[in-house]
Amino acid sequence: MVTVVEDLGWSATRFVVDLGRLARFAAQVARAAVAPPIRVRLFVQEVFKLGVLSLLIVCVCGLAVGMVLSLQGYHTLVRFGAEQSLGAVVGLSLIRELGPVLTGLLATGRAGSATTAEIGTMVATEQLDALRMMSVDPVDLVVTPRALAMVFVMPMLAALFIVFGLFGGYLVGVGLMGVDPGSYMSSLQSAVDFRDDVGGSLLKALIFGVLVGLIATYRGFFAAPTSAGVGAATTSTVVVASVSILIFDYFITALWGV
Amino acid sequence: MSRAPLRDLLVGLFVLAGLGAVAYLSLSVGGLSTHGPGGLPVFADFDEIGGLKPRAQVVISGVKVGQVASIALDDKYRARVKLDLDAHLKLPVDTSASIMTSGLLGDRYVSLQLGGESEILKPGDRIAMTESAVVLERLIGKLVYGGDRGKTE
Repeated sequence: MVTVVEDLGWSATRFVVDLGRLARFAAQVARAAVAPPIRVRLFVQEVFKLGVLSLLIVCVCGLAVGMVLSLQGYHTLVRFGAEQSLGAVVGLSLIRELGPVLTGLLATGRAGSATTAEIGTMVATEQLDALRMMSVDPVDLVVTPRALAMVFVMPMLAALFIVFGLFGGYLVGVGLMGVDPGSYMSSLQSAVDFRDDVGGSLLKALIFGVLVGLIATYRGFFAAPTSAGVGAATTSTVVVASVSILIFDYFITALWGV
Repeated sequence: MSRAPLRDLLVGLFVLAGLGAVAYLSLSVGGLSTHGPGGLPVFADFDEIGGLKPRAQVVISGVKVGQVASIALDDKYRARVKLDLDAHLKLPVDTSASIMTSGLLGDRYVSLQLGGESEILKPGDRIAMTESAVVLERLIGKLVYGGDRGKTE
């Protein structure tokens, strides 16, 4: 009985300690990002790994999500004789919600987990300690380019996801369901506002990029230096990043109405 | 090492595609481009605008010629709607504006009916003749009220 209470206390303490360590880690990454040795080549390399290699999955998922949204939206709207508004339904749900959130989840699974596993393996094989021995700061050399690349890549992937989603929605709505192309596009264009919808969507994607970038590198950096530790860190990245994306999504929407 | 230039090219293409997607979303879908200069701003005062919103369409004979730029209350508590019209339109000063609905429950839009005067509306001018939006609830209310009174009389 006592051990149960003790365990509870321990896990609560560990959570707070984790949070504090994450905040210090974030401050270190932020400092390394602006401090003089700006590592452009490493950054480009990470943009390739996190962005270019995620491109296919993001585009395919965007297309599929847009198509199914259009199909579902059509069947609901046609009951009210409002299938003219299909463009607005597909566009607003993609831009405001699904684009940034699903891109965040996809990037977590595709790029975040890989980042954690990579850094975790570096920890396990003592590569980061070797860097420290040569008085090279591993946060500056290993962590920062990856975290920054994630922040940079996320809005672009989200925008591509949305564009492919709109295209998929158009294909199904106009091509398959026979909605008038003019009314599809005009309802889309009159419903979507630049500042509130497109700007808010990119802001969300940017915040998710910060979240995923930080959590993925943090989990890898503090992974237990064993193969089991690397595995646990990778799993925890996917779980924690996905959950925090969904929770942050609610609060961003509630606070700023985007 | 020979893979590095290819990788840079792919990263460049990725950035271009991402920026292109952002630009498409902002300009074509988000309607940022329609706020360009060279518009013909015209005001119209309405008693009732119904559900008219900024960025609603302005049409002549059903063809889009501009959009609603902003809606505010003037000092006589009427709705002052600013219309942003195509710059090369030559509208007579006695043009009238009415707020219509596309379909029974569709979006509100402003329709312009041309007048016959030879003088032309200039930027910042006010359209004098306006027809307010038909509010469906009020219409139904009138119908019900009128019907009841008809019975009792």
